[in-house]
Amino acid sequence: MASRQHSSSNRTAFWQDPDKRAIVYQVISLGIVLMVGYYLFSNTMANLERQNIATGFKFLDNESAFEIGESMISYSAADTYGRALLVGVLNTLKVSFIGIIITVILGTIIGIARLSSNWLVSRLAAIYIEVLQDIPVLLQLFFWYALFYQFFPSPRQALKPLPGVFISNRGLVFAVPAHHPVHSYMLLMALAAVVGSYFLRRWARKRQEETGKYFPVWRVSLLLVIVLPLIAWIAGGAPTAMNIPVLRGFNFVGGLNISPEFTALLMGLVLYTAAFVAEIVRAGIQSVSHGQTEAAMAIGLKPGQILNLVILPQALRVIIPPLTSQMLNLTKNSSLAVAIGFPDFVSVANTTINQTGQAIEGIALIMAVYLIFSLTTSVFMNWYNKKSKLVER
Amino acid sequence: MKKFCTSSIVVLIMLMITLPSLLWAGETLDSVLKKGFVTVGVNGSLFGFGQPDEKGVWRGLDVDTGRAVAAAVFGDASKVKFIPLTAVQRFTALQSGEIDLLCRNATRTLSRDTAMGLNFVSVNYYDGQGFMVPKKLGIKSAKELDGATICVLPGTTTEQNVADFFRSHGMKWKPVVIEQTAQLSKAFFSGRCDCLTSDASQLAGARAVAPNPADYVILPDIISKEPLAPAVRHGDDQWRDIVDYAVLAMIDAEELGITSKNVDEMLKSKNPKVQRFLGVTKGNGKALGLDEKFAYNIIKQVGNYGEVFERNVGVNTPLGLKRGLNALWTKGGLMYSPPFK
Repeated sequence: MASRQHSSSNRTAFWQDPDKRAIVYQVISLGIVLMVGYYLFSNTMANLERQNIATGFKFLDNESAFEIGESMISYSAADTYGRALLVGVLNTLKVSFIGIIITVILGTIIGIARLSSNWLVSRLAAIYIEVLQDIPVLLQLFFWYALFYQFFPSPRQALKPLPGVFISNRGLVFAVPAHHPVHSYMLLMALAAVVGSYFLRRWARKRQEETGKYFPVWRVSLLLVIVLPLIAWIAGGAPTAMNIPVLRGFNFVGGLNISPEFTALLMGLVLYTAAFVAEIVRAGIQSVSHGQTEAAMAIGLKPGQILNLVILPQALRVIIPPLTSQMLNLTKNSSLAVAIGFPDFVSVANTTINQTGQAIEGIALIMAVYLIFSLTTSVFMNWYNKKSKLVER
Repeated sequence: MKKFCTSSIVVLIMLMITLPSLLWAGETLDSVLKKGFVTVGVNGSLFGFGQPDEKGVWRGLDVDTGRAVAAAVFGDASKVKFIPLTAVQRFTALQSGEIDLLCRNATRTLSRDTAMGLNFVSVNYYDGQGFMVPKKLGIKSAKELDGATICVLPGTTTEQNVADFFRSHGMKWKPVVIEQTAQLSKAFFSGRCDCLTSDASQLAGARAVAPNPADYVILPDIISKEPLAPAVRHGDDQWRDIVDYAVLAMIDAEELGITSKNVDEMLKSKNPKVQRFLGVTKGNGKALGLDEKFAYNIIKQVGNYGEVFERNVGVNTPLGLKRGLNALWTKGGLMYSPPFK
């Protein structure tokens, strides 16, 4: 009875309902993916075992026994593979982070220059973009690196453009203030100034909305960021001792050293990616119709205000998504460091793979690290994109 | 290059797919016979060991070892394909089955022999790690290298040895690690590093092709043992035996006085050792699963160890290496072959 009633009812049969069919298809495809995944995994494990290849991540705790050229944390050959890989992660982060900031600034300048009414400036920007976009980034890296070690003299004949600054084929070495406890207070003050500026900006905006009075936020913020640490420095006795590099034995000792590998990698990545960013910025600005500028001028805004209040907010909506992808590209391209000897994550991971023979774990780690970098960048940029979206009222 | 993550995924999947199909014991010989050639991983840019000459013909001690295996398997030393590999790529290429045999000045060590799933065969060159510096630095010993910047290849035993050496002497150093041998040498010869470290034979090879070889000196200090040996995958004993005895045949031939020039006359020799070696008395070939003439083919087409050594790295080549440890045991060296019987 019940089944008869069911089939005679108006409800469509299970296999004719597109929603239910979709669920079945999804379950089937998920099952296939899982099965293939399981097949690959179990087969690999069985074969690794048969070949006697060690598996698992226990090697991370073993002594690495190799040195790394530059590191942001203390590291020696007596440390573990895990710490060696961390050094690599930090080096990749360093070059990507600095690279992204310089790229965005340089790319924006060139993008605006490309639109300049000055014929020479816009031609030069166009040449820059066309040339650097079209040469593979690996070749550019080789070029900059070769330039450093071929062109600059050995440390004993180092160039001295300024007192305490030396340029040789071992990189750029310059004097830095000798370590003093007051430096950490200065940093603290600078941070306080940044936080203060943020609140100042909010207050100024609110006041302007309410009363229409303008407050010069940028100038005051800049003053804060400079003056507050300066006060800390004077209060700390104004130490002037410098850590000046001296030539001892083979190389300079003391001061801060920026290696040719790092500089070459940074220059190569920045100059290459900035060309793409410039085109993105140009496209973004051109997407805002000229009528907007004219309208803004008509209501009496200054050129700086037109750019900040009218053009950029609209252009950013076009700029941000492709800009995110260029940032990701820069981070991923930093893995080319291995070709010119900068110890980035891939370079350290390659050595680790070779010494432990655990290629699958090593490559899985490389993929995980780049995935995390990329996802973090994406999440941040998506948040920013949402924030700069046109708010419809 | 650009899509690094994509390429890693491809490598990972390739590893996972190829591993299963390759690893049955005894299958390497079958697959080599089916393909019609032996795939050998070599250095690619190391003069004297593995590098193509100006006509594109591969030359070197390791290259000739690969040819000897081809001669043993096919009776034709030309049935071989050389794949240039970097130090970082080499073991993965062997593990994943991209090559049948690795002849790329690889040092035999315990962890490589075990945890990496490789098997090394008899040594074809006894080496040790040394240092090369520009003459104008006026350095006489490696102990004067405190604070030096040193060019080194990644993923090699040299990278660990030099770290060990400096640690044990309480000295500081700074590595510059570049994957491609050619790029690394270029960085050293243009002064990026104070010192280049590698196996002494490789240093001689790098110096031989330097812009001004006379400006560089190899320090007398040898800081490690580097028994360089061909390697095969773990778990295929038959293939391992074939490669092993191909290497040993060249050594035994030198001891028996058989050369590529006199090998045809030696077929008529009354010496039972020579008769067994050349397959006139049968048995050795069958035991290995090869033609009875395998040793004859190796010596006829490639030469004995002494000939191969002198042709590629000996005193009359730009490398100018003496036999030293690589002389026969009868002449004070370490080259020693078990009897062919």
